[in-house]
Amino acid sequence: MELSEREVAEAAVKAGASADEIMKKMAEHKGCETNSDGGKKASCGTEAGQNDLAPEIWEKVKNHPCYSEEAHHHYARMHVAVAPACNIQCNYCNRKYDCANESRPGVVSERLTPEQAAKKVLAVASTIPQMTVLGIAGPGDPLANPEKTFKTFDLIAKTAPDIKLCLSTNGLTLPDHVDTIARYNVDHVTITVNMVDAEVGAKIYPWIFYKHKRYTGKEAAQILTDRQMQGLEMLTARGILSKINSVMIPGVNDQHLVEVNKAVKSRGAFLHNIMPLISAAEHGTVFGLTGQRGPTAQELKRLQDSCEGEMNMMRHCRQCRADAVGLLGEDRSAEFTTEKIMEMDVNYDLATRQAYQARVEEERLAVSGAKANELQILAGVESDIKILIAVATKGSGRINEHFGHAAEFQIYELSTGKGAHFIGHRRVDLYCQGGYGEEDALETVIRAIKDCHAVFVAKIGGCPKKDLLAAGIEAVDEFAHEFIEKSAITYFKRYLEGVKDGSIIHVEKGDAEIRPGEVAVDVAAVAAE
Amino acid sequence: MSLKIAASCVNCSACEPECPNEAISAADGIYVIDPAKCTECIGFHDDPQCALICPIEETCVIDNNYPRYQPAA
Ligand code: SF4
Ligand code: SF4
Ligand code: SF4
Repeated sequence: MELSEREVAEAAVKAGASADEIMKKMAEHKGCETNSDGGKKASCGTEAGQNDLAPEIWEKVKNHPCYSEEAHHHYARMHVAVAPACNIQCNYCNRKYDCANESRPGVVSERLTPEQAAKKVLAVASTIPQMTVLGIAGPGDPLANPEKTFKTFDLIAKTAPDIKLCLSTNGLTLPDHVDTIARYNVDHVTITVNMVDAEVGAKIYPWIFYKHKRYTGKEAAQILTDRQMQGLEMLTARGILSKINSVMIPGVNDQHLVEVNKAVKSRGAFLHNIMPLISAAEHGTVFGLTGQRGPTAQELKRLQDSCEGEMNMMRHCRQCRADAVGLLGEDRSAEFTTEKIMEMDVNYDLATRQAYQARVEEERLAVSGAKANELQILAGVESDIKILIAVATKGSGRINEHFGHAAEFQIYELSTGKGAHFIGHRRVDLYCQGGYGEEDALETVIRAIKDCHAVFVAKIGGCPKKDLLAAGIEAVDEFAHEFIEKSAITYFKRYLEGVKDGSIIHVEKGDAEIRPGEVAVDVAAVAAE
Repeated sequence: MSLKIAASCVNCSACEPECPNEAISAADGIYVIDPAKCTECIGFHDDPQCALICPIEETCVIDNNYPRYQPAA
């Protein structure tokens, strides 16, 4: 770690500026002047930007695509599936199809040995220089498979010391492994915490396997929460970053998650990620079969908002597949099947990777510069109106995706107080898949973003544009390939002016659906095998 | 008797490292128990470990084809 950080800095110097200098410049650019009055906590909204975090934490998360909302546009992570076993049972998980919730959802089509996994990581890292993070998140619990998990870390740490290692766990055996985690320099651990009250936990976990015994009911939930909190405290004591994932289950733990938020914050977790339950009968999970529903988009947002004052909320998680490769949301797994990798000649080229990453830092500087300037546009404008917009993007913080190619939209809330504030993703079925312009596909998109006033795209056809408008959603393509925040604020300013002079009549929009998207599709595919 | 693994096994591998007798191994798409090695966990634990950790009910079950395991006197 020591060495690789120095090397990274050297590469950045060759590119004209040190990484630290760039980050410092970004801090100055971002400002946050709007918040410095009124004694509020210095904060640029929910972004895990350096303004919210202690410097040593920012140093660790700035290139982490899962933890830094800003970095996830530029850096990539991958997960390898080496850990299929689990030691607890969750009502939202059917072990047969891997987990549709937590951070190990979707379908892992092939299981790797630690040796195969290490080779895969090196092959991907040599091909995709943005790949800076390796996660082990399942499909079971990585700490129920400690040998496989740590063997994989060991192999990678030897060849590619610049890759950050992280793991996700249910926390049951976490206290037993914290010292090993520290030894491998794992600096990010994600714990899934759905409750801190055994009463609530008994409705989520039918049983756990702990110290050679199976526990059920409240007793099981009590052991689990005690172990999770103990593990979290031990990580904090050793300076290892911990993120908390929670699955929001309406009527079971939705209100209770505010409690969870307080409990994990007081024990030093730095990010809390609340995800919607994904539940459908065909998943064959307990919740799927009992008809337990997931939250709506507005329910999720309200809960995230009520936790926001307490702690950094992570809103860009899209419950990607446990073996996903590439930028968050951009799945390149098909290029790296085990078969292809075992044939590859991998030449791990640290220098090229570092040169590339130095260029990315410049790009990030440009993005945050654009953001700061645009906030000035709204200076002096005051309004209570807040609207949501959906953005079709491939990354780099720009509006650069065709409406018909978008598998998901980024949702921003626009207000005079916060400017353009990222609040999350909505997955949609590929509108273009299987023939262009299918009626029901478009309807799916509309249902997913019907709480938005506009959708920003790089390009869109005439027909869908008309249908969107009929649903009260304006399709905006005039900002194609421009920065998202800058365009959104320009649009919002014009919107407010229109409302003022009467040319636009502002209406509140309703709620929207959270679609399981790829998860439902993949589960069906596996069931057919 | 020994335990056996039914066809409902989802191949998750959870049972394998829990066996105190190393009786469990991966086979064709499912895991199998070697009846010559399985002691039903007698002498090690109160209950069969494989059955306790297995996520699929009724998958690690008693195999009546084998006589009851007798702990060495
Ligand atoms: S599921 Fe995806 S977005 Fe969420 S923490 Fe894991 S890698 Fe990051
Ligand atoms: S019952 Fe015990 S000894 Fe027999 S296979 Fe299962 S874990 Fe091994
Ligand atoms: S724990 Fe159960 S499902 Fe998993 S491999 Fe063993 S027998 Fe099969």
